[in-house]
Amino acid sequence: MKVLFSFILWAMMSFSTFAVGVDEVRLSDPAEEAHAQDLMKQLRCLVCQNQSIVDSNVDLARDLRIIVRERIIAGDSDEQVFAFMTSRYGDWVLLKPPFDKSTFVLWLSPLLLLMIGFFIIFRNQQSAKTINRDEPLSDEEKNRINALLSDKGEV
Amino acid sequence: MNKFIPFMIFCVISGALYIGLNLNPGNIPSALINDPVPQFSLPVVGGEEVGLTSDELAGQDEVVIVNFFASWCAPCYVEHPFLMDLKARGYKIYGVAYKDKARNTNTFLAELGNPYYKVAADEVGRVSIDFGVYGVPETYVIKNGVIRYKHSGPIHEMEFEDKVIPIIESVDQ
Repeated sequence: MKVLFSFILWAMMSFSTFAVGVDEVRLSDPAEEAHAQDLMKQLRCLVCQNQSIVDSNVDLARDLRIIVRERIIAGDSDEQVFAFMTSRYGDWVLLKPPFDKSTFVLWLSPLLLLMIGFFIIFRNQQSAKTINRDEPLSDEEKNRINALLSDKGEV
Repeated sequence: MNKFIPFMIFCVISGALYIGLNLNPGNIPSALINDPVPQFSLPVVGGEEVGLTSDELAGQDEVVIVNFFASWCAPCYVEHPFLMDLKARGYKIYGVAYKDKARNTNTFLAELGNPYYKVAADEVGRVSIDFGVYGVPETYVIKNGVIRYKHSGPIHEMEFEDKVIPIIESVDQ
């Protein structure tokens, strides 16, 4: 049984590696094709939303993959390929949103949380310092300790 | 004071999630709002002759509606009666058949009625991509050659009255 399951798992994993655009003409130059696929991985499929156009088998994703390849053959830079997509579908099509005035909160919030964390640590250390361990016990404290020790807890 | 901080954090997160619940992730804002109509020329359904061009859309004095549809698209059937209604009310609707076989488009229009002033075919879907279409039906409102509004999915009376009518009635631009 275990062998069967591991075989099925192996089969699923090995097939998924060549699932990218089985139905498409790839670029003849492997370096350009790799470059094209790298760009495709950064473009969101409009239909499946959280998949890149490489991962999606929707018609539109296939069309967009073909367009990416065409743009690369035409000699477009990465920026030009992305500009082609964002001019039609907005920044939304980029899986990695750009840093601008509408997204700075998104980008800076991890830093902000980190700073809040440091502030909390700093503040806790400050309050720990206010308890002075080197100061000798006062007479009252000494009496209490003696009383506790001699009377077995009954003050 | 300090013991209220976790509660306040809880309230903020709940509030944010509650707002998130009411957002529609399927509604992608169009990048082309207030941009001129992309340049294109599409053939008529099942023919080679020019059916619709960007120049025709841009040359209209009135507000025009461009509707992307397909006979294979179920929501298009839902939307269809409303388009017929709009036609009856005197709106000029241009239809673009998205990745549809000419025969099927013609059957669709023959059986249900043709709400369109003109119908063009985008069989490869490239012009639709230029418009930022990511599914059918999608409806664009064009005024003086500029895209003023886009609706994804079947358009309804309420949507039309709230969003489109104000654009039609606005005098500016």
